[in-house]
Amino acid sequence: MILHGTIHKYGADVNTDVIIPARYLNVWEPAPLAEHCMEDIDADFRARVRPGDVVVATSNFGCGSSREHAPIALKACGVSCVIAHSFARIFFRNAINIGLPLLECPEAVDACEAGDELEVDLSAGTITNKTRNVTSAARPYPEFMEGIINAGGLVAYTKSRLERMQA
Amino acid sequence: MATVAEKILAAHTGRASVCPGDFVSVRVDMVLANDITGPLSLKEFRRLGVSRVFDPSKIVMVQDHFVPNKDIDSAIQAKVVREFSREQGLLYYEVGRSGIEHVLLPQEGIVGPGEVVIGADSHTCTNGALGAFATGMGSTDIAVAWATGEIWMKVPPTIRFVFHGRLQPWVGGKDLILHTIGAIGVDGALYSAMEFGGDAIDSLPMDGRFTMSNMAIEAGGKAGIFPVDAATEGYVAAHPSRSGPKPIVRYRTDSDSDYARIVEFDAASIEPSVAFPHKPSNTKPVSKAGDVPIDQVVIGSCTNGRLSDLRVAAALLKGRKVHPSVVCIVIPGTQRVYSEAMEEGLIRTFMEAGAVVSTPTCGPCLGGYMGILAPGERCVSTTNRNFVGRMGSPKSEVYLAGPAVAAASAIAGRVAGPAEVMPAGKGVSSK
Repeated sequence: MILHGTIHKYGADVNTDVIIPARYLNVWEPAPLAEHCMEDIDADFRARVRPGDVVVATSNFGCGSSREHAPIALKACGVSCVIAHSFARIFFRNAINIGLPLLECPEAVDACEAGDELEVDLSAGTITNKTRNVTSAARPYPEFMEGIINAGGLVAYTKSRLERMQA
Repeated sequence: MATVAEKILAAHTGRASVCPGDFVSVRVDMVLANDITGPLSLKEFRRLGVSRVFDPSKIVMVQDHFVPNKDIDSAIQAKVVREFSREQGLLYYEVGRSGIEHVLLPQEGIVGPGEVVIGADSHTCTNGALGAFATGMGSTDIAVAWATGEIWMKVPPTIRFVFHGRLQPWVGGKDLILHTIGAIGVDGALYSAMEFGGDAIDSLPMDGRFTMSNMAIEAGGKAGIFPVDAATEGYVAAHPSRSGPKPIVRYRTDSDSDYARIVEFDAASIEPSVAFPHKPSNTKPVSKAGDVPIDQVVIGSCTNGRLSDLRVAAALLKGRKVHPSVVCIVIPGTQRVYSEAMEEGLIRTFMEAGAVVSTPTCGPCLGGYMGILAPGERCVSTTNRNFVGRMGSPKSEVYLAGPAVAAASAIAGRVAGPAEVMPAGKGVSSK
């Protein structure tokens, strides 16, 4: 799959409390969560973000709370993928589980600025910065995780596993 | 040759051994969710098309984040969790017979040494103090565990943290873990299991160990494990489940070469500490905090809402007053902690000092309710996160500390250490 979008760039340790503040966690549907995505560190993110856009950050993106509402809010805003130096563990699982692609690629992060246009080839794992005409290769996923990603998330993966066990 | 974490995981996979980096399917002994993460798990559970959970006696639901219901939407979430728990016959903890999940589970004997516990709450790692492998996950992972009793994991490498020496007065588990996170950073243990040891840990009581395991996640850790010793055994015996105490399963790491890394601290030199905004790693000794006036103090949470935490706070507040410009909120971690604090006279001490005492809730820690900060306000809190906006306005500030620093700050009206409030030699250690 090929993704196209504009970059929104952040620094290190972007935590799940700023991705979606807990004061909005009295609901669990995607649309109302999207309304408040990133508002504590980037007040006009919601107004600026367009379908397909890419969130880029340095290290430890998604640290803090286990709230799956965080990747859900990003995905519901139209964010097509997140590229970072590294991801916090629980956020990484949650995003893969719900089908929000994540890519680890320090070169692509360091070589881009907010507003650059990106093209991401998810199957090839390549990130092309159209504004600067640079292509970088993301770290490949472990084979086990490819299975979950290719199934479309953990629920679909588990469903087919359960069906095979019953067959 | 393996670490405690690897031995626990191997025992739950049916394999003789596992190595860091292995992807394994792990059988789980207990699966936790709460009023915020439970409804989302239920939505994914229904999508799986499974009608019954794998084992209702291994699934525990705790209402604690936004309860007693803070608004209509929170009431709906609590209702969804309550109805699902009844439908499936789960272990269910209702408001009034409950408490904050990570104080409650050990207290109720729901987690035992050597077990694998997962929870849709990042602070599930608290249970590692019992010698369990306990880790937080998201709602979809929890839904899959409800359906299958298993979850995939990547076996983490283990980092050992060794604390040498005798702790100074007023220094407890919170100061040790804040110091640790300050030294290694908020991703210093990313994807790793943390294992704690050393002579300062051998003499650290269980409540201080829960505090340390609780904040493993604030260093990016997957688990924060204390190998089982006499203190663990004593705690487990004194906190039986409805069917009796959990069996004691003792694992030991075979050799220092099994660790990915060993980090050593001179614990005797660690002072009462405080983490400045907006990262738990911005740690300083409180003696170097400078003049930071405050508006609020919160004493409680899954980090420091246990009886010994309240004892430490009460020792400082007894016969003293909360500063006129400070709101001090004390939140016992469970109904039992509340009741025991009442019997010991601690609640009276807090009330006479001018603090408010609340029913158990996570409320203010995550900016839910019961102590939200206005723009420009500052709070010293015994909770675990001081991120931007964590306790209210994105323009407010949270300073993390143990109960001794929190109580001293409440009295002083600024970030202050216990030595400033109580003369030397009279300190009690929170440990």
